[in-house]
Amino acid sequence: MPLPAKQPNVRVVTLNIDGRDLSAREDETIIEVCRENQIPIPSLCYLEGLSVWGACRLCLVELAGQGRLLAACSTRVAEGMQIQTNTERLQRYRRTIVELLFAERNHVCSVCVSNGHCELQHMAQKCGVDHVRVPYRQASYPVDSSHEMFRLDHDRCILCTRCVRVCDEIEGAHTWDVMGRGSDCRVITDMAQPWGESDTCTSCGKCVQVCPTGALVKQGTSVGEMVKDQHFLPILARRRHPQ
Amino acid sequence: MNLDDLADLAEKYREAEAGVDREVRVCLAASCQSSGAVPVFDALVAELGDAKPSCKVKGVGCMGLCSAGPLVAVADREADLQGSVLYRDVTADDAREIIASVDGPPVERLRCPTDQPFFARQQKIVLENAGIIDPDSFKGYVAVGGYAALIRALSEMTPADVLREVTDSGLRGRGGGGYPTGLKWSTVAKMPATQKYVICNADEGDPGAFMDRAILESDPHRVIEGMAIAAYAIGANKAYVYVRAEYPLAVERLQTAIRKAKRSGLLGNKIGDTQFNLEVEIRLGAGAFVCGEETALMASIEGLRGQPRPRPPYPAESGLWGHPTLINNVETFANIAPIVREGGEWFASIGTERSKGTKVFALAGTITNTGLIEVPMGTSLRDIIEVIGGGIPGGKAFKAVQTGGPSGGCIPAQHLDIAVDYDSLKTLGTMMGSGGMIVMDETSSMVDVARYFMEFCMTESCGKCIPCRTGTQQMHSILDRLAKSQATRAELALLEELCEVVQATSLCGLGQTAPNPVLSTMRYFRDEYEAKLGDT
Repeated sequence: MPLPAKQPNVRVVTLNIDGRDLSAREDETIIEVCRENQIPIPSLCYLEGLSVWGACRLCLVELAGQGRLLAACSTRVAEGMQIQTNTERLQRYRRTIVELLFAERNHVCSVCVSNGHCELQHMAQKCGVDHVRVPYRQASYPVDSSHEMFRLDHDRCILCTRCVRVCDEIEGAHTWDVMGRGSDCRVITDMAQPWGESDTCTSCGKCVQVCPTGALVKQGTSVGEMVKDQHFLPILARRRHPQ
Repeated sequence: MNLDDLADLAEKYREAEAGVDREVRVCLAASCQSSGAVPVFDALVAELGDAKPSCKVKGVGCMGLCSAGPLVAVADREADLQGSVLYRDVTADDAREIIASVDGPPVERLRCPTDQPFFARQQKIVLENAGIIDPDSFKGYVAVGGYAALIRALSEMTPADVLREVTDSGLRGRGGGGYPTGLKWSTVAKMPATQKYVICNADEGDPGAFMDRAILESDPHRVIEGMAIAAYAIGANKAYVYVRAEYPLAVERLQTAIRKAKRSGLLGNKIGDTQFNLEVEIRLGAGAFVCGEETALMASIEGLRGQPRPRPPYPAESGLWGHPTLINNVETFANIAPIVREGGEWFASIGTERSKGTKVFALAGTITNTGLIEVPMGTSLRDIIEVIGGGIPGGKAFKAVQTGGPSGGCIPAQHLDIAVDYDSLKTLGTMMGSGGMIVMDETSSMVDVARYFMEFCMTESCGKCIPCRTGTQQMHSILDRLAKSQATRAELALLEELCEVVQATSLCGLGQTAPNPVLSTMRYFRDEYEAKLGDT
């Protein structure tokens, strides 16, 4: 006689995203279900394989019956959810957020090593940002070239903290962190020492590969040359944290 | 310890004081201390000496009328503030006259009438002991019936009974959101976890708000008692008080209170000879406003960078170190002991349909009586400002009152007659907040007010999410240009759009509510914004 079926711990739910009926495990987030079903959701801080951060606010979606917008990366699916991912209102908010990002630091694509391979640039193109209405902050930030292989340019950082998380969660070095408050925030290595003097950095380069912009790049790359490869991340993440 | 033991103890403490007929109460809360109450206290003690054994000089908590400090009350031992002779603006030189007045005629020169509306129109629940008992004295708190509610809950009520009383009371969170306290408690109680936490949020950071500070400085045991009852109701054995380091006096008194409660067996293991254990620990905030947001506060307690995380999961499900956690504000916990003592129904009989009980407000700005008041929910704003607050000094006209701090908004003169509760304030585009009220007269520029609060939010933004980090900064620069009459009409339109985006997309309450002061001043004083445009 077969053993009685063991009841699974996780249920499966059905929900509706942009008019499509979809099924999902209830421990999945909205963004995971969307990515699985080729529904485009813009995001900059979210990256498969890293913990959820919920800071770029580009993946906000509308849920029927709820006035407040929900971040697709940090919201779990539930039975019967009716979700809209690309309304006129969301498009308008996303455009403004991208504009705020461009104006915050000194993003000038034409002189950037990541030109053409930059997630912020792609995002601007996808969201239809053809100009920035808010004034650039014109704050002056240093460039850290002290590491023999890599370079950190704060002017191109969007504070997504992918570098902080990959270094902590995948490499296990926790070289990166964030210091300061508000618009004074910046990423630092160790106790805000030059990167080249860091005791903890293993020079693995994962932070460079996950960085969405030209903030973290390989030394010696010139305009448009910096292509990043993030395929390693989900594979490593699965090995580090088996499901 | 059961209820009878506690009653015996209270009787014993009262008897020890039986020889004292008259008390000279000196307010030693932060506000009066800053205007020189400590030298007054020392002078009074020295002056009294051993001359009158039936009289005692006692340091007490806040009496409310901070603008008249240092305050000294001469009263019979059992009398409350209204039944006492109150002296205002007392200096050390007045000590001789005040001591002489203990059994003689009052010193008319210093007298502050206690039958004026500021005192007469208040109804005190949270502040019932403030200004009467010595906040450092455990005996003093027990003598007025303190800890009876905790012992009663432990010995005569099940956790479910406590939850029912709190739910029936209709108490809503006093930290600003107004979430039903009973619902929050029962959610945490329902979580099937062995480890749960209780947190008291004393990270009061709104400009012009000092309710929580006054409560902690005046009656710290009451907050501890409320927390202990909460811990019993939800099944927690560990509690934290997260209090900002800028409140050293509150921290000191809280530490004393925790130590004394523990020594008397009202904290620690087997409280009241039951199986209930509770450890209370103080954690100091390092001054970040955002740490008043519950997820940032918990991160800070855990020793992490104080910044919020997305909700859900709510703390009730996954809070401190991932365990179910109950977070309430100081004033919320201060309401618990009276609710258990008098019953939820009694509490629900005070206030309005959907907002029960009383609320402590801190009156600040251009108002005659600056200080702390406690009134029933539903008291009209006009009563609070014109009658209790004594109106605007200097013959100026009232313009607006800012409630809810940087998350709230302004209420103009035409809405002064509304009954203040959580919902009525919301319909006016502001919020209850923690209870700060900043009154402004006709000389205040509303663009300046909006700019001030935006600057506050900008510098207090943790920098995690982009709308709050950069949006507040962009809005501030437009407001700054407006204030200098340099902004264009297009910039004004951009400001409005940024308000909408930041409100809708920010990660936590700080960003989501940061545009409120701008939106509400624009709603009622749009002409001032128009007049400041540089291109018209």
